[in-house]
Amino acid sequence: MSLKRRVAIVGAGWSGFRSISPDLSYKELMYDAAVQAYEDAGIDPRRDVDSFVTVGEDYNEGTSIFDEYVPDQLGALHRPVQTITGEGIHGLAAAVMQILTGQFDIIVVEGHSKASNILTLPYILAFAFDPVFNRPLGVHPTFVAGMEMLRYLAETATTHEECAAVVAKNRNNALSNPLAGFGAVLSIDDVLTSEPIAEPLTQLECASHSDGAIVLVLASGETAATLTDQPIWVRGVGWANDTFRLESRPWGDARYARAAGEMAFRTADIKSPRQEIDFAEIDDTFAYKELQHMEALGLFPPGVAGEWTLAGGTERTGEFPVNPSGGALGQGHLLDATGLARVLEVVLQLRGEAGQRQIDGAEVGLAFGWRGVPTTGGAAVVLSS
Amino acid sequence: MYVKRMKRSNQRVAVVGAGMTKFVRRAQETSKELSWEAAHLALASCDLTLDDIDAVVIGTAPDAFDGVHMKSEYLSDSCGGWGKPVIRGYVGGGTGVFAAIQGWYHVASGLFDTVLVVCEEKMSSCQPHPQAAFLTIFDHTTERPLKPNLLWIFALEMNAYMHRYGLSKRDIATVSVKNKRNAALHPAALLGDPDITVEDVLDSPVLAWPVQRLDVSPVTDGAVALVISASHVARRVTDKPVWIEGVGWNLDTAYWTNRDLSYPVYVEEAARMAYDMAGITEPRKEIHIAEPYDPFDYKELHHLEGLMLFDKGEAPKAAADGVTQRDGDLPVCPSGGLLGVGNPIAAAGLMKVGEIFWQLRGEAGARQVPGNPRRGLAQAWGDLMQVGTVIVMGV
Repeated sequence: MSLKRRVAIVGAGWSGFRSISPDLSYKELMYDAAVQAYEDAGIDPRRDVDSFVTVGEDYNEGTSIFDEYVPDQLGALHRPVQTITGEGIHGLAAAVMQILTGQFDIIVVEGHSKASNILTLPYILAFAFDPVFNRPLGVHPTFVAGMEMLRYLAETATTHEECAAVVAKNRNNALSNPLAGFGAVLSIDDVLTSEPIAEPLTQLECASHSDGAIVLVLASGETAATLTDQPIWVRGVGWANDTFRLESRPWGDARYARAAGEMAFRTADIKSPRQEIDFAEIDDTFAYKELQHMEALGLFPPGVAGEWTLAGGTERTGEFPVNPSGGALGQGHLLDATGLARVLEVVLQLRGEAGQRQIDGAEVGLAFGWRGVPTTGGAAVVLSS
Repeated sequence: MYVKRMKRSNQRVAVVGAGMTKFVRRAQETSKELSWEAAHLALASCDLTLDDIDAVVIGTAPDAFDGVHMKSEYLSDSCGGWGKPVIRGYVGGGTGVFAAIQGWYHVASGLFDTVLVVCEEKMSSCQPHPQAAFLTIFDHTTERPLKPNLLWIFALEMNAYMHRYGLSKRDIATVSVKNKRNAALHPAALLGDPDITVEDVLDSPVLAWPVQRLDVSPVTDGAVALVISASHVARRVTDKPVWIEGVGWNLDTAYWTNRDLSYPVYVEEAARMAYDMAGITEPRKEIHIAEPYDPFDYKELHHLEGLMLFDKGEAPKAAADGVTQRDGDLPVCPSGGLLGVGNPIAAAGLMKVGEIFWQLRGEAGARQVPGNPRRGLAQAWGDLMQVGTVIVMGV
C-alpha cells in the first residue's frame, strides 16, 4: 500500500535550540520559526496555507486549552487550525492525512518547547502516571526508564558500555551542528561514571532539555512542484501505542516503535528498511532508547544495535548513520517538538544542507519520535529526496 | 475571512455506530471506565469488535479536570488503542465535533478503513469546582493576574449579543426551557425537566449578570464514541450509514478582548467550509435538523446565526415562534443539548454528532423529530470564544 497522493515537505524553519531563552517568549520562538519556514517555502500564510496543525500539551505549557494561543503568531487567524496533544510526528501525520483527503494543498505543522520555563519538570511529568495505581507511589518518573533499561539490557545482552557509546557518538555529532547546544567530547568512561539517576541509568545518558520551535510546510505533490525544485517526499507515516499500564507492558521491547515502523514502512512500500533507508534520526531521550528503538524498528536484530554502535557503525561516517544531528542527547530534548527536530535533520540532510555534518549520498531517511516516560506512544516518518 | 474553497466531497465516509454513557454529575467510574463503556457501546451498536478497528481518535478537553498529564496516553487502552495508531486532537470546547472531523480525515486519507472515535470528560474530579481549571486558560501575562472566571467572559459576550439586537433575558430563556424539556425524553440526560418554565429560568440565581444558573449547562461526567468507516466497509456493516458530507473548522485570535463578541464569525467560516464541501448553497432549506453548541442558552441562538440558519439577531424570534422546537420547521437540539443532556465538554460535542446519527437513522426513540430528516448538522465551539467546528451529515 502506498499513499494515495504525493505529499512533500517544501519548507522548514526553526528557532533555537538552546538550554534557556529568557529573551524570547514561546510566541516569539514560534514566530521566528514560522517566518523562516514561510520564506523557505516561498509562501504567504495569509494567502496560501489551507490548514495549520500545532503540537502541544497543556501541562508543558502551563496553560489549559493551549490551542487558544497558537494562531496569532503563525499567521493562522480565521483558518482551520487544530492542536495535536502528541509527539511532533503525530502532528506531521495529522497534516499528511489532511493532504491525502484531497481537500488541502498546503499545511503548516508547528511544534515548540519552552522547557526552561518549567521549574519542576519531573513533578509535572509525574502527573502522567495512572492516578489510582502508580502516582501514589511518589516515585521520580525517570525510574521507569531505569527499569526499562535494566530489562532491555537483560533481554538482549546489550552492555552498559554500548549504551554509553550512544552518548559519546551523539554528543560528538552535536559539535558539528550549529543547532545543537550540547556538543562535547566524552569517553565511554565519562558516561559510565557520571552521577547515577535511576540505576543503571546515569546522568549523561539522559537528554537535557532545550527551548526552541520548529515549523514545517507540507504540500501536495502538484503544489510542491510549483514551489520548490527540491521537495522532500513523505514516503510513509506510522504511529502506534502499546499499553499504557506499567503493570502489563513488555519492559524490554519497544512494541510501539515496532508497530509504528511497520505502518510507516508499509505505507512507504519499504520491504527491508535496513537496505532501503540510508540513515535515521531516532529518539534518544535516554541512551538505551536509541538502541532499543533501532531494533524495534527492524533496522537491527535484537542485541545487535549496541555492538554496531560501539564499533562505530552508526557514526556519521559509518555504514548506517544514526542521529547525525546529535539527537536529543546532543541538541536537547524539545518536549513535544522533539520528533520534529528529528524530522528537521532528515530534511536538511536530504536537501544536502547539513553543512559539516552532511552525509554523502543520503537519499532516504527515517525519523522516529517517542512521547517519553511513562508513555508507550511513538510515531515514524520515512522521507526521501 | 474564509478563503479556502473546498471541493465537493467525493469521499464516502460514514458514521456506522454510536454509543454513549449516561451523563451524570459525579461518576463513580474512572475516566478509563467511562471511555471503555462508550467505546464498547459504539462497537456493539454495529456488531464490530476491536479487531475491526484500524485506528483510534481520542478527544478530551483540559487535562486539568482530571489532573492527568498527557491524558490520551492514559486513556489509550480504555479507548481501544492498544497496539493501534492513537491520536488526540484538541480545539478546546470544539473538540467533540472536531474528533469526528478527525475521524473523517483518518478514513478519507485512505490510510484506514474503520476508526473508533472516543470523547471522554470527567469534570467532577476537579475539586472543589471544575471552574477552577478554567482559571488556567487565560493569558498568563495580560489576563490571569485579573483572575477572570469563565462565566464572566461569557456574560460579556451575552451582554454584547443582547445589546446589539435589543434582546431581553426572556427572549433567550426560551432556549433553556426547550432544551431541558427535550432532554426529559433522553435516557442518558442529566437535567431533563418536562415541567420547566421561562419563569424558572428568570428566577434562578444570578451567577454573573446576565448569566443566571439555568442559563448555563451543568458540570458533567460522561463519554461518547462513534465508529466511522469507509464506504466499502460501511455498506457491509449497516443498511443505514450516515454519510459525512462536509466538515469545517476555524480559529479566531486569542485576543478576544479586541473582537466584536456579538457575532461568531469563526463559526460562519467553519460553516462555509462545511457547506462548500457538502455542496450546500441554501443551508436554511437544505439542513433539516441542527445541533448547535449550547453550553449557555444565548449560545444556541448565537451559533444558529453564525451557521447562517437565521439572519443576525433573528434567531430569538424564531425560537419564540416555535421554529426550533422538536416539531418545528428546523428542530434545534432535539437531544436536549448541553443544557439538558449535560456538558462533559468533549463528550458533549460528540454527543451532538451522535444525536444527528440517531435522528437521521430514525433511531432517536421518543425524541425522534417528525418528517424523516435527511440532512443534519452538529457544531461545537470553544477556546476563548474563538473556535468553530462543524460537521454536516446526510442519508
